[in-house]
Amino acid sequence: MAIITIREALNQALREELARDEKVFLMGEEVAEYDGAYKVTKGLLHEFGNKRVIDTPITELGFAGLGVGAAMAGLRPVVEFMTFNFSILATDQIINSAAKMLYMSGGQFNIPIVFRGPSGSAFQVSSQHSQAIESWYAYFPGLKVVLPSTPADAKGLLKSAIRDDDPVIFMEQERMYGQKGEVPDDPDFTIPLGVADVKREGTDVTIVARSLTVPLALKAAEQLQEQGVSCEVIDPRTIRPLDIDTIVASVKKTNRVVIAEESHPICGVGAEISAEIMERAFDYLDAPVKRVSGVDVPMPYAKNLENLAIPDVNRIVAAVREVAYLD
Amino acid sequence: MATKVIMPKLSPTMEEGQISRWLKKEGDKVSMGEPLAEIDTDKATMEMQALGNGVLRKILIGEGQAAPLGQLIAVIGEPDEDIASLLSEAPAPPQVQEKKEPDAPPQPQDQKEADRPPTAPNVAPANGRQPQAADSGRMIVSPLAARMAAEAGIDLRSLQGSGPGGRIIKRDIEAVISKPAPAPAPSYVQHAGASVYRDEPASQIRQTIAKRLVTSLGPVPHFFLTAEIEMDRAAEMRKGINALDPDLKISINDIIIKVAAAALIQHPQVNASYQEKIVRYYEHADVGVAVAIEDGLITPVVRAADQKSLSQIAAEVRELAERARSKKLKPEEYTGATFSVSNLGMFGIDEFTAVINPPEGAILAIGAMTAKPVVRENEIVIRQMMRVTMSCDHRVIDGATGAKFLQTFKKILENPLYLVV
Repeated sequence: MAIITIREALNQALREELARDEKVFLMGEEVAEYDGAYKVTKGLLHEFGNKRVIDTPITELGFAGLGVGAAMAGLRPVVEFMTFNFSILATDQIINSAAKMLYMSGGQFNIPIVFRGPSGSAFQVSSQHSQAIESWYAYFPGLKVVLPSTPADAKGLLKSAIRDDDPVIFMEQERMYGQKGEVPDDPDFTIPLGVADVKREGTDVTIVARSLTVPLALKAAEQLQEQGVSCEVIDPRTIRPLDIDTIVASVKKTNRVVIAEESHPICGVGAEISAEIMERAFDYLDAPVKRVSGVDVPMPYAKNLENLAIPDVNRIVAAVREVAYLD
Repeated sequence: MATKVIMPKLSPTMEEGQISRWLKKEGDKVSMGEPLAEIDTDKATMEMQALGNGVLRKILIGEGQAAPLGQLIAVIGEPDEDIASLLSEAPAPPQVQEKKEPDAPPQPQDQKEADRPPTAPNVAPANGRQPQAADSGRMIVSPLAARMAAEAGIDLRSLQGSGPGGRIIKRDIEAVISKPAPAPAPSYVQHAGASVYRDEPASQIRQTIAKRLVTSLGPVPHFFLTAEIEMDRAAEMRKGINALDPDLKISINDIIIKVAAAALIQHPQVNASYQEKIVRYYEHADVGVAVAIEDGLITPVVRAADQKSLSQIAAEVRELAERARSKKLKPEEYTGATFSVSNLGMFGIDEFTAVINPPEGAILAIGAMTAKPVVRENEIVIRQMMRVTMSCDHRVIDGATGAKFLQTFKKILENPLYLVV
């Protein structure tokens, strides 16, 4: 298995799917001539030409709508948002067109589209360009929402997303593009949507983490192991549909849960997971479910405040110790 | 509506509070959340806030006086409201808690906490007991710990929680489970279908006897007691009853079961079994009846035979024996007897010894009823005689105890009118 970055893994997935299915095409700001703002689409214009890899003007609502129309006409668009912060402009097309078309057309039009791009906190780009908004999209029936945390997951899940017949929101963590890991060489390697992955097995506390907080949770688990606490780290990978069964099975084993997420706590995915655990595993809980979330403020620009606003290893360790009644 | 003002819990370890200063006088208007008094706790002087609107009608605990948690210390009400009935409650016992009074958090202004339903009542019934307010308020227990305690039959009120705020958590239950169970207090317990019983701690001497007898005589140390019983009256009674209604088909064995049950109730030491470190006494006589079946033997149980009529016992034994022979008994129908009867009389056996079916304390082996010459009032007469041998578990029954039981059994069987006396 090759060791590559998440950026390269995503690039491979796009290349392989473009080659596999001529209905697949890419569209977005700077995806073609400039190789993508984060170089995820590097070399694809050269390889597949300007009918398959298309630069758009800075008009998120417009090209998202073009994408939905293309999908209704039978193509499989992959629409890149330079970051998901700009997807906010396109939410009418994503939520009111893409998510609901299959339902409102009485099953006549499914929308096989992927909206992808970087999301979550970035480095010192302040409030408007540094935020995790996955719970917005996870709220709506009709959408699938994917957040990979490793190169292998990024590749396998993006290929599944492109092959999926429904709209998929595919959120890459802006800070994690350079993260390396093993990725299977098999061109048909995919990972099914809606299946959680146990990133580390343990017996005392379950940490549910996604995207940026997965590596943080794994580091916390290592530290906690030295303190005699065995942590199980679960990455749902897809937050809609959510693989709650895997989480609940783990909770039944460990009896204690910490949910780590960089998004705000209010109405977040962690709140949803917490409610599901309470409904399905109440009698197995030995402590209240504890969330470690991004602080409930707009992301500060100042480096020192930014560091305080985003979950870190220490906060996860403290939360685990709290639910394990160690302090 | 009048609001009771009770001594609130203002520190986690506080047991009583002393009124440092009343901030309102009797007759003053007070509104919800307003400071009412300053209270010295074991840790600090804390402000107590009013939890109702109205007028401070009555101060029951003066400045400098102390009151335990939960005691009525004042009443807030409408100026013209009758509060006599409230006042008559003073001093209230500590566990009387004003509903609106927050008890878990130290801040009395936290109203949300008071609105939450208490945890304890959800938990205690699982133990088969009535919920009861703890002295310091509601019981705090994790859902998992509550379930584990219910499954293990642990009374949560006997535990001290090690979690935050005294929350009982998994490790507290595990600590109890891993500890050798303390000898349970004598109290009757009911299991579905089976007899009610009570467990009493086995005395040191009983434990020593048990250990020594086991090592000297094998797992269950048997000893045997034999008696010869004159059966004429029992046989007469049987004939008489069956003449009344031939459908009854009462057998001598049915009478023996009934008599054994009656004697067991008179001798609870025999209606018992030795278990590790305890002696279990049963309230009812669940009599096992040994039935020979094709490839062995099985003992269906007549539950609470002491409370059943002869006709009920006869019908039940017949029905159980039939199903025993066709191997259709359910496990709960052939386990859990408190005493057994084995009858080989029909095979012409004069007397024999039976092996106890653990954990029962004894078994009665019945021989054949035969006409024999016996001496009565210096004359030789012919009587229907039957020999019975009781095998006793010496760990729970001593010689004299067994002999007294057998004496009663013989007395009733020889004079079955005792059954109706």
